[in-house]
Amino acid sequence: MIAAPAMLSSVLALAEGPLDAHAAPELRWAGLALLLPLVSGVLCLFCGWMKVRSKLPAALTIAALGGAFATILRLQGAVGETPVVINLFDWISWTWGDGSRFHGFTANVDLYIDRLTIFWMLFVTGLGTLIALYASEYMESDVGKGYTRFFGAVSIFLFAMGCLVMGGNLVMLYLGWEGVGLASYLLIGYYFTKPEAVAAAKKAFIVNRIGDLGLALALFLIWQCYGTVEYAALWKAIEAAPASSEWTAQAIPWLLMLGAFGKSAQLPLYVWLPDAMEGPTPVSALIHAATMVTAGVYLIARMFPLFIVNPDALAAVAWVGGLTALLAATIGMAQYDMKRIWAYSTISQLGYMFLGLGVGTTFGASYHVFTHAFFKALLFLTAGAVMHGFAGQLDIRKLSGLLKVPGFRLVSLLAVLGCFWLAAFPFTAAFFSKDEILVSAFTAKDERVHVLGWIGLVVAALTAYYTFRVGFRVFFGPVKYEPGDEHHGHDGHDDHAHGSHGASAAHGGHGHHGEFHPHGPRWAIRVPLVLIAVGAILAGWPSYRTMLNHDEPNWVKTQIAQSSAYQGVAADSHGSHDDHAAAATAAGADQAHADHGHLVLGMDAHTAVGRLGSLACIAGILVSLYLHLINRGAADALRRTLMGSIATRWIVVGAERKWLVDEFYDWVIRLPLRVIANILGAIDDLLLDAGIVNGIGALPAAFGRLFRPLYGGVVQGYAVTMAGGVALVAAWVIWIWLRGAN
Amino acid sequence: MNPIDPQLPPGDPLVMLGLLASAILFAVGIVGFLSRRNMITMFLCTELMFQGAGLAMISYGRQHMDLSGQVFVIFILTVAAAEAALALGLVVLLYRRKETLSAEAWKELAES
Repeated sequence: MIAAPAMLSSVLALAEGPLDAHAAPELRWAGLALLLPLVSGVLCLFCGWMKVRSKLPAALTIAALGGAFATILRLQGAVGETPVVINLFDWISWTWGDGSRFHGFTANVDLYIDRLTIFWMLFVTGLGTLIALYASEYMESDVGKGYTRFFGAVSIFLFAMGCLVMGGNLVMLYLGWEGVGLASYLLIGYYFTKPEAVAAAKKAFIVNRIGDLGLALALFLIWQCYGTVEYAALWKAIEAAPASSEWTAQAIPWLLMLGAFGKSAQLPLYVWLPDAMEGPTPVSALIHAATMVTAGVYLIARMFPLFIVNPDALAAVAWVGGLTALLAATIGMAQYDMKRIWAYSTISQLGYMFLGLGVGTTFGASYHVFTHAFFKALLFLTAGAVMHGFAGQLDIRKLSGLLKVPGFRLVSLLAVLGCFWLAAFPFTAAFFSKDEILVSAFTAKDERVHVLGWIGLVVAALTAYYTFRVGFRVFFGPVKYEPGDEHHGHDGHDDHAHGSHGASAAHGGHGHHGEFHPHGPRWAIRVPLVLIAVGAILAGWPSYRTMLNHDEPNWVKTQIAQSSAYQGVAADSHGSHDDHAAAATAAGADQAHADHGHLVLGMDAHTAVGRLGSLACIAGILVSLYLHLINRGAADALRRTLMGSIATRWIVVGAERKWLVDEFYDWVIRLPLRVIANILGAIDDLLLDAGIVNGIGALPAAFGRLFRPLYGGVVQGYAVTMAGGVALVAAWVIWIWLRGAN
Repeated sequence: MNPIDPQLPPGDPLVMLGLLASAILFAVGIVGFLSRRNMITMFLCTELMFQGAGLAMISYGRQHMDLSGQVFVIFILTVAAAEAALALGLVVLLYRRKETLSAEAWKELAES
């Protein structure tokens, strides 16, 4: 709060900013992208204080996020090939000793603006704005209740994410990192009267804390090894001394990785993300698409110079990514809750991104983040619209044929579009980004990771299957639905209150809730959905252009190539990644092609992966088509068959029960912790409380009890005691006197 | 013994008489206090013990040829007058509560 005026003044003090001479003047406005969400967060605080009972907080948030998006759009044209550091104000600056490299610590509130930053902020703020607009209608039954709190938290979420992405040093990144964790906690636990939501919020926060520990330790080690936490100075230090063999330097990428895996929901820390859907659906969309889970990918992409000098760490990232993708996809195949399936699909897709990072294609990973952000936001928001309209129903067994339900045609169409994108159907945006990752996996210098390419292809087939399992079950087939038992996301508002769209939709057919009318969404939900769908389609634009004209460099590749994500390659003495070297010099797509010397199945890697990926996707969709649309009974029969045999039973049970990972963590981590906590609690209760504290407290009472019989309430009793005492004293005096006399 | 302290020879009859009287007063007071239940009587008995103690002081003052004992007793008398007023006031209040002057009635103030 105190920082806001200072920030404003530095943002507005146009000419004074210590900008590099070559930087475009527009970059001075970069601070607005941070300032606006912060201001709307503070204004929401005031709204809460003034007990505003209108949609004002939503309007403020949407305006602020829209403003931030406009700022980023403006910056996008202005940012050059060299990174620019914009100092908003000075913050920490300590020196000791002679103040040389390892005798000082500087962390100012700087913005580090390069193309990676702007690329990231583009979809963060853009999708953030649209999701906020969507939420303004989705959450309207909470106006006057949690509405202000919700939008305040959304503003803080976007502010923290901006701080994370745009910060000029690791301290700002860390602050943003923690801010994102806090905001996600507030939003996942939005329905704080619901025990599951509170548990999910705590789970997300605590699991993230484990990762954050890694990030914090990495931050300390980075300072210890390189003497700075500011990006600009850090790259120079790494360039000067790329690969120190000291364990501290070697540990940095592993610790950073831990932080990234926590935030981006990878093995072993992915367990919080599926539970995080206890929050309102726009929050899920925000977490899954724009703000939270992409932070881990950003961290590794940003810190790539530190990873490239450590091939083992990169291989670990690739393996974790690949295995997470596989595990989450198998779980996603067997779930019945639509949002849960999308949550596992997010984990799976994030696995692809980390696979991409691990095999060295920061471009592929960032591109996949970009395309994924759109279609995943679309899928979650359509799921939210369905949930909103069907009283909280998300079970894909109880929803069918929504395409034919009036008021839901648009939503269903967009959801099916999202399904095609998630399944990476040929020539959708995700197809290209996934292609980049898999090609890099097949052609990586590191032979150990080639098998991950095949795993990736298998996961592509599984993804297509489970995506269209939802698609065919929910949106196609005969119209049949049961409303959920919740009345509108826990707020108990009347189904019929705004049923104008769904009033004629009495297809119900189900006796037990005959008068239920699903109501379709209105404009504030429809407009963002359409815009995000357009974004999802246009996300593939860079690849289309490259396809049409092979000399045209991929726009995303250009963005990533001119950022720290590709720096440090020149200093990479191992020379392990041709792809990088090519991209660092020129981002020409043809050149990248030429450099892939590897052949997969006797074909050029791009051709092979493109064909195999398409094949996997279509195969998955066809299986799904048969099992979940043409002959739905077959799916149940298949399940029964698998369940019938001991040899295959574990597959079904395992996948449906999420491979018992939560239970495993319960037994291996939570149970020992609980036991230790109970032992310590018992020691506290028995020894400290009962023994020492209460014991000392009991002493005066016991002492009093000893003498209490003397005070029986009879005055003469007291007098006798007193007279007796006097007599004793007198007798003693007389005895002394007599003895003295002798 | 302080050689400067002028002192009557031991066994001065007036002093002995005074001490005897004070002993009797104190004994009567203590017996009365222990044997009676009436709060006013008990209070009078304490006054008796009081005066016994005062008389002893005066007697010893006489023994030592010192006026301090008498001065002290005069102070005690004034304080005792005030205290008597207070004590009788308390007795009146206690009587109003229970309509009796017996000290037994207030046994409930016991500790146990």
